[in-house]
Amino acid sequence: MAEAHPVGFQWVMEAKRRGATIIHVDPRFTRTSAVADLHVPFRAGADIAFLGGLISYVLENELDFREYVQAYTNAADLVGEEFTDTEDAAGIFSGYNPETGRYDPVSWSLEGEGYSAPAAGQRDHWESQLREHHAAMSSDTAGGAGDAAHATGAPERDESLRHPRCVYQVLRRHYARYTPEAVSQVCGMSVDQFLTVARSITANSGRERTTAWVYSVGWTHHSVGAQYIRGAAILQTLLGNMGRPGGGILALRGHASIQGSTDIPTLYDLLPGYIPMPNAHLHEDLQSFLDADAAKTGFWGNMDTYLVSLLKAWWGDAATAENDYAFHYLPKLTGDHGTYGIVRDQIDRKTYGYFVVGENPAIGHANGKMQRLGLANLEWLVVRDMQMIETATFWKDGPEIETGELRTEDIGTEVFFLPCANHTEKAGTFTNTQRLLQWRREAVHPPGDARSELHFYFHLGKRIREKLAASTDERDRPLLDLTWDYPTFGMHSEPDPESVLAEINGYDADGKPLSSYTQLKADGSTTAGCWIYTGVYADGVNQADRRRPGSEQDWVAADWGWAWPANRRTLYNRASADPEGRPWSERKAYVWWDEENERWTGHDVPDFEATKPPSFKPEEGATRQDALAGTDAFIMQADGKAWLYAPAGLADGPMPTHYEPVESPVANLLHEQQDNPALERIDRAWNRINPSQSEVFPYVFLTYRLTEHHTAGGMSRTLPYLSELQPEFFCEISPALAAERGLEHMGWATLVSARTAIEARVMVTERMKPLRIGDREVHQIGLPYHWGSNGISTGDPANDLLGVVMDPNVHIQESKVATCDIQPGRRPRGPELLEYVADYRRRAGVEPGGIE
Amino acid sequence: MTNVFDAFSGTANSLYGELPDPAADAGFDPSHPKRVGFFTDTSVCIGCKACEVACKEWNLVPDDGTDASDLYRLTGMSYDNTGDLGASTWRHVAFIEDVRPHGSATTEHGGGTPPAEPTTGHIPSGLPALGGGALPKAPRDAATPPPGGGTVDLLTLLPDAGAHGQQTPDDERDVRWLMASDVCKHCTHAGCLDNCPTGALFRTEFGTVVVQDDICNGCGYCVPSCPYGVIDVRGSDGGAHKCTLCYDRLGSGLEPACAKACPTKSIQFGDLDELQAAADARLAELHDRGVNEARLYGRDENDGVGGDGAFFLLLDEPEVYGLPPDPIVTTRDLPEMWRNAALTAVGLGVAAVAAFWKGGRR
Repeated sequence: MAEAHPVGFQWVMEAKRRGATIIHVDPRFTRTSAVADLHVPFRAGADIAFLGGLISYVLENELDFREYVQAYTNAADLVGEEFTDTEDAAGIFSGYNPETGRYDPVSWSLEGEGYSAPAAGQRDHWESQLREHHAAMSSDTAGGAGDAAHATGAPERDESLRHPRCVYQVLRRHYARYTPEAVSQVCGMSVDQFLTVARSITANSGRERTTAWVYSVGWTHHSVGAQYIRGAAILQTLLGNMGRPGGGILALRGHASIQGSTDIPTLYDLLPGYIPMPNAHLHEDLQSFLDADAAKTGFWGNMDTYLVSLLKAWWGDAATAENDYAFHYLPKLTGDHGTYGIVRDQIDRKTYGYFVVGENPAIGHANGKMQRLGLANLEWLVVRDMQMIETATFWKDGPEIETGELRTEDIGTEVFFLPCANHTEKAGTFTNTQRLLQWRREAVHPPGDARSELHFYFHLGKRIREKLAASTDERDRPLLDLTWDYPTFGMHSEPDPESVLAEINGYDADGKPLSSYTQLKADGSTTAGCWIYTGVYADGVNQADRRRPGSEQDWVAADWGWAWPANRRTLYNRASADPEGRPWSERKAYVWWDEENERWTGHDVPDFEATKPPSFKPEEGATRQDALAGTDAFIMQADGKAWLYAPAGLADGPMPTHYEPVESPVANLLHEQQDNPALERIDRAWNRINPSQSEVFPYVFLTYRLTEHHTAGGMSRTLPYLSELQPEFFCEISPALAAERGLEHMGWATLVSARTAIEARVMVTERMKPLRIGDREVHQIGLPYHWGSNGISTGDPANDLLGVVMDPNVHIQESKVATCDIQPGRRPRGPELLEYVADYRRRAGVEPGGIE
Repeated sequence: MTNVFDAFSGTANSLYGELPDPAADAGFDPSHPKRVGFFTDTSVCIGCKACEVACKEWNLVPDDGTDASDLYRLTGMSYDNTGDLGASTWRHVAFIEDVRPHGSATTEHGGGTPPAEPTTGHIPSGLPALGGGALPKAPRDAATPPPGGGTVDLLTLLPDAGAHGQQTPDDERDVRWLMASDVCKHCTHAGCLDNCPTGALFRTEFGTVVVQDDICNGCGYCVPSCPYGVIDVRGSDGGAHKCTLCYDRLGSGLEPACAKACPTKSIQFGDLDELQAAADARLAELHDRGVNEARLYGRDENDGVGGDGAFFLLLDEPEVYGLPPDPIVTTRDLPEMWRNAALTAVGLGVAAVAAFWKGGRR
């Protein structure tokens, strides 16, 4: 965190100053480790073994926050008899189809409950199964973040948590083999280190204390990445650390508005506010989409109001009750359109145009060769950036030009490079990891022809609409009917960003800004460009622009910026009070039920219906939030409960299970199944994978950022003041590995995988430690991934070494762990490089690779 | 303004020893602003180098390559690719990596006693010889046993309490990674200033020491005058340069760029007396938490430079950070030297007269 998020890390240092214990669990000793109370080194890719060990420690010692667990989780629910766990099936859950490599989740259901719909993300995989099993009722749901599952009946429960099939006991059995000794063997940390962490987090949880977990892409960039987060969710829920001050699982996002870019998404499978993108084949009209996707109970039961308001915001008067509020104007999914799926389609010439904005995939994405091959097979490419990045120049100086795999004269891609404004040169919001929107103003005008994204897309849209103005083709209606009328100012006709924020906020029937998403209606009388942001422009005031200093308000600081939803700073904060509505402790009081005034009140905006008393019991057959009891704190869930066991929502199992990374030097010591049986592969010549436990590729490598550089380097390798601080690409290795391979500090090393070979300076450091895994010593190599051929500070791209295998839930690549070889000296040049790598593939028994 | 002749004439102890108000000593009206400075608390430094970049951005300091032939090469000294303070580096973050016997680390950067086998730590060249003379006996005691209870109450619950530091799998050794942002010390007795023959270096109303670019003739007398090796002459323009403590920003009521950019408040700017009080409190707090190796550097007004305007909280001996243990202003002995020279001259004169007198008598 200190490395990649130094500004956010100031608050960790502040917490430390106030007495918090900081534990850093990371394969490397980083700047974060340097100031942590405890650094626990371990093997990259072994996180579920570690988290599972902690879960097991909590359950075996009954250290869970029992009252919290009983009141707010599904611990007491009974799992159906059809379910078989990994314990009983060689590391695979019931429902697995080895031919398709996918799970049918039906057998994971809770007893007495109908089918629970899964979360967003993999519906394209499950369509056929879903059609088969539940054609009439459900396909997928809303909520990349929540699980807007809808159940058809209440599951059976055993409040004593003793029933062998209750979630609590199923969980306990699932993790029973994750003992401290097993964790030590798999992760390479000592039993003492593990127990120190386990004792520390359990001693720091409960009524009086809370523990927070903070993670970043070190957890998500894995073939089991979504399950890593689930592991933390289970642990935090068991310990009662959700919805309470000082608790939570904090995803470090925000270079600089990654949270914002999923709220108002750049993701292919989401509409604004985590409404799933409809499927072309399953959701032919609004009602079938809502029937399939909207939960019946909980706040996702109001998805109709969110979606219709969105359609009204986008298509205004053209969206009417008669035409399904223009639902048919929405683009629809036809399959996996994730970034790697798109690049595969580019190579196969199924996709021919590409906008690359604020991204440098030729350097920043896994398997650089695959990326550049995709770029080379396009008809047109638009790159908007501040610098001439490698993605814009791959056709003349990419690594494949040097090896002769591609020739400039054969590449037909027409590249449009457009200079863009940077963050100080345009106004708008950043949304940080706390869901906090902060408005920023334009400090200086962008230079020359550089323009903001808002300017670019607005005027591009205007020009396209002008070109289509006379069209009578039905397919052009969605473009022509858009509400595309933002006021502009200045000599370059810059659209007013506040007018966009106001549209996102939404209006009532009289054209007045709305103040809450609960005001949204499904009858077309309200608009909202993103329902969770409704309220950010309440009273016609830019609430994100509030800057009352923290020193002038209380510790929750509700008057700084604006947090979605409803300016809540902590989600699910009903759980900060006990079932009767009293704070769990004075020390951790946050929101509570005010008996006298019959309202929820507290330091934060309560995340609960303001006047629903703790004693409230829903009527039979109630829907939406009315179906939630006064103790159902997790209001976005259909059952109002935090899920320790996820009967649906994940493509690779209801409980996290340790699988080895696809490229691992060791066998899975916990289960027979080596790697995630449901992971996604792209089996092509340009994406060869190193065999597991290969002596040819014996070392683990991991990629990461340095403080001094920014992602793929376009904003840092081009600047002297930053380049001089980390001037060259280097690899970090232990003295033991240096001795084993004859590598010298500051000398050169060549790193090889089945994809390619790259060279880096060698940094020998005690901060990298060999680990003992089972009966062997495992070396890890650190590779910052910032470098490429352009700019002032240049070097080989670390991501070229990676192949692409993906998590089946979110289609994210496993780029935080893979294997390689390392040898002293510089890599071969030109065509010799191809021979060098081909030889490695032959020796490792890998099929021929390269460009097909 | 102080000069050697004033000193020689015996007006004040302007060249050495305690000097409560250097600005007044330099001739500013008693109503001048209070003396300001930096307190750099290295125990919360995360090595982000924002200070280095902010300093260069604000002060238009060229990148290091302007003077170096090997531009954009790794130094091999941990994550420190800046190397040293100099004419084009007014803030420098040092990274000291070493390994020590297991259990000797505590929780502030794992700092502890004693330093052992620094591997990639950085010792700038051109500093006074290390190890000679008395080391500053800061409020620490090497004989004090390591903190039995650890610094964080919860970890005291644990079996190996007191041994928590940056533990490594080979249990014998702990890794330590110290980071510290160095800067011009703005000494109470500034050798650079006192030796500047052109008056380019001057004491400001804030008590800081600043070079005036348009007066400096690049003679370089200031360079060996600095006991810390801070000031240097830039090859590209021939002038001497160093931290101005953002004199231009001070005049506008702004804090210096580095302090403004520091995310963890490792670099604190303010009135020197307040910073000293804050530093004393922080030191006491760390000692209470068992971080006995913490000590202040440059805080002592009776040290060889009369105390620093920019002082530090360190987690080990100053040498570990490449700082001289006992800096002494190079002008300390000037009065005596002049006195000796004068006495010698007088003595020679007397001898000559005597010789002539004797000769005359013959």
